[in-house]
Amino acid sequence: MLRFAPWKLASVLALVAAAVLLVVPSFMSADTVDALAARVPSFIPLRQIVLGLDLQGGAYMLMQVDDASVVKAQVEALRDDVRQKMRDGKIALSGGIVTQPRGVLVRIADPAERDKAYSLLQSVSQPIGGPLAGGNGRTLDVSETDNGVQLTLTDAAVADKVRHAVTQSIEVLNRRVNAMGTKETEIAQQGLNRVLIEVPGLQDTTKLKEIIGQTAKLDFQLVADPGDPPNEVETLPMQKGGGTITVQKRIMVDGEDLVDAQQSFDQQSGEPDVTFRFNLRGGQKFGQVTTENVGRPFAIVLDGKVISAPVIRSPITGGTGQITGNFTLDEASSLAILLRAGALPAKLTVVEERTVGPGLGQDSIDAGKRAAYVGALLVVVYMIATYGIFGIFADLALAVHILLIFASMVLLGATLTLPGIAGIVFTIGMAVDSNVLIYERIREEAHLGRSVLSALDAGFRRAFATIVDSNVTMFVAALILYLFGSGAVRGFAVSLGLGIITSIITAVTMTRMMIALWYRRLRPTKIPI
Amino acid sequence: MKLLRLAPENTKFGFMRFRRVSYPLSATLSIISVLMFLFVGMNFGIDFAGGTQVDIRAKTGEAHIADIRTKAEGLGLGPVEVQQIGSDADVLLRLNVQPGGEQGQQTAIAKLREAFESDYEFRSVDSVGPSVSSELVQSGTLGVVVAIIAVLTYLWFRFEWQFAVGAIIGTMHDLLLTVGFFCVTQLEFNQTSIAAILTIVGYSLNETVVVLDRIREVMRKYKRLSTAEIIDMSVNAVLPRTIMTATTVFLALLALFFLGGHVIRSFSAAMIWGIFVATYSSVFICSPMLIYMGVRSDVFDRKDKDAETAAGADAKA
Repeated sequence: MLRFAPWKLASVLALVAAAVLLVVPSFMSADTVDALAARVPSFIPLRQIVLGLDLQGGAYMLMQVDDASVVKAQVEALRDDVRQKMRDGKIALSGGIVTQPRGVLVRIADPAERDKAYSLLQSVSQPIGGPLAGGNGRTLDVSETDNGVQLTLTDAAVADKVRHAVTQSIEVLNRRVNAMGTKETEIAQQGLNRVLIEVPGLQDTTKLKEIIGQTAKLDFQLVADPGDPPNEVETLPMQKGGGTITVQKRIMVDGEDLVDAQQSFDQQSGEPDVTFRFNLRGGQKFGQVTTENVGRPFAIVLDGKVISAPVIRSPITGGTGQITGNFTLDEASSLAILLRAGALPAKLTVVEERTVGPGLGQDSIDAGKRAAYVGALLVVVYMIATYGIFGIFADLALAVHILLIFASMVLLGATLTLPGIAGIVFTIGMAVDSNVLIYERIREEAHLGRSVLSALDAGFRRAFATIVDSNVTMFVAALILYLFGSGAVRGFAVSLGLGIITSIITAVTMTRMMIALWYRRLRPTKIPI
Repeated sequence: MKLLRLAPENTKFGFMRFRRVSYPLSATLSIISVLMFLFVGMNFGIDFAGGTQVDIRAKTGEAHIADIRTKAEGLGLGPVEVQQIGSDADVLLRLNVQPGGEQGQQTAIAKLREAFESDYEFRSVDSVGPSVSSELVQSGTLGVVVAIIAVLTYLWFRFEWQFAVGAIIGTMHDLLLTVGFFCVTQLEFNQTSIAAILTIVGYSLNETVVVLDRIREVMRKYKRLSTAEIIDMSVNAVLPRTIMTATTVFLALLALFFLGGHVIRSFSAAMIWGIFVATYSSVFICSPMLIYMGVRSDVFDRKDKDAETAAGADAKA
């Protein structure tokens, strides 16, 4: 009981000193920390505790990649591929290509050509992840029907596309948000098809949603001729001023090949417009289409809405062009940002949104602090009232326990949330449990007639197994809470879990040392509790 | 200095005699909880029910509830719950899930902002779409179930199976009564309530483990006593600690309840309730289970002989 290696005492003291160093910056203002960081050597960590959005204020948005829109885009691409194949193979279709929710149906006019069409279309199906991916599964199920060929997207292909869409969305959103100049925005994947966006300090999400909520898919489509087959044209709304316009479904050129877009001004009218530039491939395609269709109106379509449909006066072969559309300056620059950042591969919908203003955040911090101070004070007083000098030892251990929770949160970069503060307050009550177990056991042993030293020793030894058992159960609950909980609840799990670990260190190890030192100095003949 | 003792010294209460009262009582309360859950239900917050909730503060310092209500209900967003929170200036508005999928929620937020932004500061906006809320229900339920299984597996390894069964029943009891508590008080049930429930499960098992640990120890020592006598002796021995810990945790939670702000009030209330229930069940529900399952001190005979010699020195008549 009385003997413990000096290095143990030294390491506990070192631990406390390190914890103090870790925690101190969190109580200084951000400016002071920055100023200090310039002067102290870099091995001293000057990190502040990360406050959750519920405490510092900000916006949290969970967006979901719309699987249906991913599938729709795939079906459209498939339709274009199939049309090209049939043209190349010079196979006549009857009634064009029918698009279905998960695939397309090609009806072949001449039954004799059906086999040829089937073998041609089989080549449309690719191994998932590209030809080099080592092929487990293909993108399409291709089968012959009574009067044609049926192509259906496989589940694996859809899942693969959704996965791609999520990673691509994150890249695009990062570019957009950076262009907006919002600082410290966190964009991360969550689950299979979700993207989480956290913007500290932001309160009104309207503007953010405008920028991130748009797909910004730019298409150039020819305006329909009266002679076009009805299932190859579609009627789209105009973006401004109401009205609709009928265009060919076939997308001649799309925004994928854009390399740049800038807000500029129309040379004649002086109105804001957007100047774009294609890469080589896009420039060639654009040049070819405009050469072949001089004199026809060419619709510029953004997210299914027609911005404008100017007539092609002469072939545009330089790879650059302008989009005009009665824009305000703001609209033109937003459009330029969106085009520059690229289109989202799928529609994103906001499935969860939480914003906290700085006022409420500060109130929560204040309330949390007050509860923690008062809770700690009550426990401290109660422990001293019950256990006297031993209560003071337990209270010292409790202080170190709270210090260690904060220090480990700083070290791990864990986020402190309001439920996290609640977790800390709860562990203030729980941390002394180990002390209580030990002290009550010491009392019992003393009542059995043991000497002071032997009672102290037996108390610590016998209570230890119980302390481990009871803390393991609590820790498991915290762990599960962390794994299954989301957002703010995780904050609670973190502080609860850390609190359990630190409470064992402080309540068992530290208290034992203090009691040993106390006994060596005073040699009491009676247990003081 | 005279030290404070809440528990009297050297108690010899016949706790096990109370099982004839505590079992019917707990059974009744559990059944009532289940019935309440089925027929009255909990007051699910937007985390689980979906919907939109905004916390606004009047710029003038005084909110006009009636005005807000008329204005909000005129927006065509279905029923609007208007509730004063904290000070005179703070009001909570809550809307149900709007039709029109995820987009519908967004439109609702925009409408609320438009209607109230000029006179009120938007302190927080929470909107949970139908797809997320159902997932939160699933992960919440799964979390509670997995936590219980994990902890019980640990207990099963650490103790004899009868002890684990006693712990399961005690934990279920606490869980049901906490659910009942939410039904009766109609406190908002949200994600932090799941945290509260899991913490109560943890605390309940913690209490149970402390009692069971002692029962096992006493059983090894006094082989001739009846199970009821052994349990009574153990519960009496750990009683000061039980009361002491329940009190410290209670004091901390009390501070949280009164000072922690309205955001975590339902959490603190549930926890306070849970502390009482868990303390009660560890003594009156879990421990008597050992009697019903016929646990005898000879269950340890195979396991350890050395413990007996170690304990022999301490045995008193």
